[in-house]
Amino acid sequence: MRRARTWTGYLFVAPFLVVFVAMLVVPLAYAAYLSLFKDQLIGGTVFGGLDNYARALTDSRLLDGVWRMARFFLTQVPIMLGLALFFALALDSGVLRLVRLFRLGIYIPYAVPSVVAALMWGYIYGPSFGPLAQLADKLGISSPNLLSGDFALGSLANVVTWEFTGYNMIILYAALRAIPPELYEAAAVDGAGPWRTAWSVKIPAIRSALLLTVIFSLIGSFQLFNEPQLLQRLAPNVIDSSYTPNLYAYSLAFTSQEVNYAAAVSFLIGLVIVIASYTVLLATNRRSKP
Amino acid sequence: MTTITARRRRGNVLTLAMLAFLIYFLMPLFWLFVASTKTTGDLFSSFGLWFADDFSLLSNVRATLTYGDGVYVRWLLNTLLYAVTSAGGAAALAALGGYGFAKYRFRGDRALFGLVLGSIMVPTTALAIPTYLLFSKVGLVNTPWAIILPSLVSPFGLYLMRVYAQDAIPDSLLEAARIDGAGEFGIFFKVVLRLLMPGVVTVLLFTLVATWNNYFLPLIMLNNPSLYPVTVGLASWSSQSAAGGGATGDLLALVVTGSLLSVVPLVAAFLLLQKYWQSGLTTGGVKQ
Repeated sequence: MRRARTWTGYLFVAPFLVVFVAMLVVPLAYAAYLSLFKDQLIGGTVFGGLDNYARALTDSRLLDGVWRMARFFLTQVPIMLGLALFFALALDSGVLRLVRLFRLGIYIPYAVPSVVAALMWGYIYGPSFGPLAQLADKLGISSPNLLSGDFALGSLANVVTWEFTGYNMIILYAALRAIPPELYEAAAVDGAGPWRTAWSVKIPAIRSALLLTVIFSLIGSFQLFNEPQLLQRLAPNVIDSSYTPNLYAYSLAFTSQEVNYAAAVSFLIGLVIVIASYTVLLATNRRSKP
Repeated sequence: MTTITARRRRGNVLTLAMLAFLIYFLMPLFWLFVASTKTTGDLFSSFGLWFADDFSLLSNVRATLTYGDGVYVRWLLNTLLYAVTSAGGAAALAALGGYGFAKYRFRGDRALFGLVLGSIMVPTTALAIPTYLLFSKVGLVNTPWAIILPSLVSPFGLYLMRVYAQDAIPDSLLEAARIDGAGEFGIFFKVVLRLLMPGVVTVLLFTLVATWNNYFLPLIMLNNPSLYPVTVGLASWSSQSAAGGGATGDLLALVVTGSLLSVVPLVAAFLLLQKYWQSGLTTGGVKQ
């Protein structure tokens, strides 16, 4: 009986694992394999060991992109998660009116495909019929070009913030709703006000949900592709083919046909994300231990 | 008494502040709707956040649906096909696997689950390029399978289903069914699946959104416009309208109206299935 049930366990997880291996493990292994070869003008594709990685680590176009995404992560994500936390606390505060309206209205952008979000904001930013330029024109001030060198990263950050704040808000709000009421009773006995309760009871209680949103945002930032790829058409001189590491890997594989090098680059992007995620996890784990 | 008025005042200030933010989140969608009611000429000549004199929504919709022998309808149907099959398949695999990991002990179960969990951090784009190369070897590029197969794996879905199954399926129920002589798979399909349903719908919804919004994968896998999903189709229209001037100028109105039309089904699904995505996020976000 026991033995039979053990085999049933395998049978239940087998379909998932088969697809998991075929669609995740095999492509990753293949990317690792490809990345060890290099294309040469003479001799075709030859084994190069870690040459592609050595090249990637000194490739200023890749490093610039990684650095840009690190800056993006350090500025956009705190703003987005700060807003999401504020909204979640407001929804949970008990004094806010129209809770349902706010919860849905702020979440709705998540249901909008990122392609549509980027197209839409691109038009809104645009100088010819964007409402922002029209408003500035009416007020008699010259509007800045929102997709110029100084503003492009901020404009991109705005699109991403618009798309994902509501998603993060819902995760945090769900976690807030699950806080056991005993925690509040203790705070009430201590005479803590709403701000104090939020700061010392609610936020510590949803630590794991906050961590989850940080990790998801980290993964999202470093593999940014759709939004910059669509805004690229409006500002090709500012958002070039290596603006984000992922755009770079894409153009390496499909424009310059450097498949082996592209595999090494996308493997490295993955590695950066995994290392950064584990750093965040370890840093927060260590702090929480007494 | 004072605390009640203080509370009320605080509520007013907070509500006003939230209204300001709500305007920010809804403004682009309002703009999109307004822009879909305008002719291309009016887009340029009238103020973006209010309606022009001519209300051309219906003629824009008609033009969007009929342009290029109705290629937009084709894209919508493709998106629907890719999203429904991927989401259905992914939810089924996640439900079986999540239940298996939650309720059976077998050699290597922890290691396997850990491996799957760790893969949540693997960026989809690190996979897309090698997957493309593999698929082009076996002739799957430029077929619907190129979009559906990679979307069947949802490590996060498996994780959600495992957490969900652990709580929703009492062990005593399984023992009782076994004593009654039911087989393991009979138990799953007759007893367990019904209890897992809210979790399954959550995973279904998440995968549906992910596939509906998918752009990178179809962009590299497909070059036949009649296989495009709506995201890639809209992007191709937008680049044509940006590149061409007068001849393709009318495409602009089509991109705008097409964008609006592509948003409607998902927004509707979210409004109708609120209960599910909220409960699903609770499961995923709160549990460690």
